[in-house]
Amino acid sequence: MTTIAATPGEVHADAEEHHDHVPPFFQRWFMSTNHKDIGTLYLIFAVVAGIIGGAISGLMRMELAEPGIQYLQGWASMMQGSAATEDQGLHLWNVLITAHGLIMVFFMVMPAMIGGFGNWFVPIMIGAPDMAFPRMNNISFWLLVPAFILLLGSTFVPGGTGLGAGTGWTVYAPLSTSGSQGPAVDMAILSLHLAGASSILGAINFITTIFNMRAPGMTINKMPLFVWSVLVTAFLLLLALPVLAAAITMLLTDRNFQTAFFDAAGGGDPVLYQHLFWFFGHPEVYIMILPGFGMVSHIIATFSKKPVFGYLGMAYAMVAIGVVGFIVWAHHMFTVGLSVNLKMYFTAATMVIAVPTGIKIFSWIATMWGGSLSFKTPMVWAIGFIFMFTVGGVTGVVLANGGIDDAMHDTYYVVAHFHYVLSLGAVFSMFAGFYYWFPKMSGRMYNELLGQLHFWIFFIGVNVLFFPMHFLGVQGMPRRYADYPEQFAYWNEIASYGYAIMGIGMLVFFANIGYSLFAGRRAEGNYWGEGATTLEWTLSSPPPFHQFETLPQIK
Amino acid sequence: MTFMNMVKSLSVAALLVMTPHAAMAQETVAADVQIEAPTNDNQANDNSAAADASTDADTSGAVGSYVPMKPTEGKGMPVDGGIDFQDQYSEVGQQAYAMHNYILMPIIVVISLFVLGLLLWVMARYRAKANPEASKTTHNTFIEVIWTLVPVLILIGIAIPSISLLAKQYEPAPEDALTIKVTGYQWYWGYTYPDNGGFEVISNMLPEEEAKARGEPAQLAVDNRMVVPAGVPIKVIVTAADVIHSFAVPSLWYKMDAIPGRLNEKVMQIDEPGVYYGQCSELCGARHGFMPIAVEALPMDQYNAWVQSQGGTIKGEGEETPEAVEGDVADTETPAVESEIVNTEDVAAGTKTAPTPAN
Repeated sequence: MTTIAATPGEVHADAEEHHDHVPPFFQRWFMSTNHKDIGTLYLIFAVVAGIIGGAISGLMRMELAEPGIQYLQGWASMMQGSAATEDQGLHLWNVLITAHGLIMVFFMVMPAMIGGFGNWFVPIMIGAPDMAFPRMNNISFWLLVPAFILLLGSTFVPGGTGLGAGTGWTVYAPLSTSGSQGPAVDMAILSLHLAGASSILGAINFITTIFNMRAPGMTINKMPLFVWSVLVTAFLLLLALPVLAAAITMLLTDRNFQTAFFDAAGGGDPVLYQHLFWFFGHPEVYIMILPGFGMVSHIIATFSKKPVFGYLGMAYAMVAIGVVGFIVWAHHMFTVGLSVNLKMYFTAATMVIAVPTGIKIFSWIATMWGGSLSFKTPMVWAIGFIFMFTVGGVTGVVLANGGIDDAMHDTYYVVAHFHYVLSLGAVFSMFAGFYYWFPKMSGRMYNELLGQLHFWIFFIGVNVLFFPMHFLGVQGMPRRYADYPEQFAYWNEIASYGYAIMGIGMLVFFANIGYSLFAGRRAEGNYWGEGATTLEWTLSSPPPFHQFETLPQIK
Repeated sequence: MTFMNMVKSLSVAALLVMTPHAAMAQETVAADVQIEAPTNDNQANDNSAAADASTDADTSGAVGSYVPMKPTEGKGMPVDGGIDFQDQYSEVGQQAYAMHNYILMPIIVVISLFVLGLLLWVMARYRAKANPEASKTTHNTFIEVIWTLVPVLILIGIAIPSISLLAKQYEPAPEDALTIKVTGYQWYWGYTYPDNGGFEVISNMLPEEEAKARGEPAQLAVDNRMVVPAGVPIKVIVTAADVIHSFAVPSLWYKMDAIPGRLNEKVMQIDEPGVYYGQCSELCGARHGFMPIAVEALPMDQYNAWVQSQGGTIKGEGEETPEAVEGDVADTETPAVESEIVNTEDVAAGTKTAPTPAN
């Protein structure tokens, strides 16, 4: 990675601009054009959404802790204000899984990674004063808020059997069309439209910024890896999200205007929807993990006091993952009745992704090799990320085999797999990034002891929560079930304990934020020392309201 | 799997690639499938019909009566706290199971442990105390080539048996194989037997108490099972009437989505008689978790007896007689496929005179 020679003069120049005009409260936070403020808004939004999405999964683990339906009917009655039937209770289950998935994907991981950390650090890392289109940046964020309100609101309006959209986050037709009467699914679709538009605008903004606003001397091949990761992610967003928008628009017209894109009786095809959805959906999973790759690269390098090993290989591995990510979508559809040739192709193509991913894993380890490692909280999360992502990755190789997937498809094995790459992969990288940059963003150090405690409790919790799901999956337990045969009771109970442990870990996290914001030690500009070499470390913590009014020179 | 087998299946795979149409297991049928779920009354009727059938099965002659088979504990169903696949009762299942447990599992466990080991070793060896001065190495072309090529080789090693497994799973059923059509409804299954007179069995989940009373696992037991002959390939056609469902039986390594407007075909061949349970595996609405599948495999003669108890006809016998008698009529009046249905009554008449299979 680039070595940045920031002259002390620049730092001074920034320090003097500290008292340049910061707008009044309303203007600053509601009409913001400052990338750092918008990044902060995104992060707060993601934390709020994460709390809601996480609480929903808590309800799910409560219900699944033992066989039988314990709570659903009662909760459904509470929501609709009258006694719910058994089917309405079961419908609520589908609403919970749908909401959990959509919230975590669109309103937690994406806003935190791209909107939050991306906004905060991409301009700084390339030596730019702000994003290319500051007002568009603002609307990207403010489109998310109504999108989230629409999604939450959809759970209180009729959606077929009961209240809310119970279609799963994949919104497969015809369950989402003829199978779900009432406005709930329409609201959820509109919510996705808005969130999608928000992301497309954000992607355009990042691509323009990265291509046009790099400081003098910062060539493409000198960009920090986090910037690379956001660039690749932005291209994935730009190419994938319009396809989702098209697919859900067709759903909308199928639902409301008697078209039959996905209705076999009218000459359409339900499988067409799945092709469209997964053409978006597979790049989407890389959208959720690539910025994490970038952050982990920085953190590993910083705490090894060593530049990243194989910088170009790392950058082009991400590009390769992005490209190949577009041609593997039908491995999500191995059981829809694909021809054998198609299945063989998607099996082979999917396995190819393991190669660039392997390059990244080994390069991280090689970065640590020969380094001088200190195990501060961000580093512990990053190392946890490497191992957990490896575990999620190898089960992905198992699932890639079309012939094996016949047994695994739509079982808890798949649930375990994608929670290992997301809930233990993406989320670990986000916590790593959060601890890494929290003092930079807030100006206050986090508490190291609480950070380590958070890691260990969370690490144990999520493993107890998700590892048994592999067992449930190979035994044949299908996903999206509110109730199950009693043979599956043992591992489900263990998994629910895991959730409780993880929940305690999260309490430690929130305690840490609260403590640090009010009583944390003030952080200096480069609080990580010699290993931290990118441009954000040349600025004060927090950085001045406007940075780099004189552009830094990169050698 | 022996090396020779691998080579053999590879060549099968190559053949399949060259003749794509032979291998197509999917047909899109847009308008033919009726999207019309039977009403609850129908189910009730069918239930009672099935109950009747089992009691007056003796009327069907020398073949004896059909009594639902008692499931064997741990066979064809999940086991308490299990951590491995269910035992496999089909050749395809055994091959896939072997591939998972003897190829994939060792590879992924070794890779995971290798990465963990490396991490732990690096963490111990290069911690700041042990190594205060960091090296500045950032490149080593040789090692980078190694960690690109070795995974490629491993993946090729996985892909070869994987492709041959796929080829095996897609081997089409022989032309004269028994055909059974599976239809997913919200929220139950229907099994139609076009080769046995075209009757449909409607299969609903049993309430918990009743399942236990019958000695069957709760939430897996059904009132009327999908009865099939054991040991022969069966051409199973899977479709749905309302939303997408998925017909899945873990102990047979069998899963095929039931999609309205499509007829998905997949061969099912069960090694030995038994009851094999499965569950709907595609989100299909409120009662998605409550439309289990129970496949009962019987020896051919008992299967035939069951068919007769349902008022159906025996496949082999049915075909010969009417074809000889009515071949011309069918040619002139109706397409070949429909002729079988047109002739059902004659077929039924035919079976009565034809000798019953030896018992």
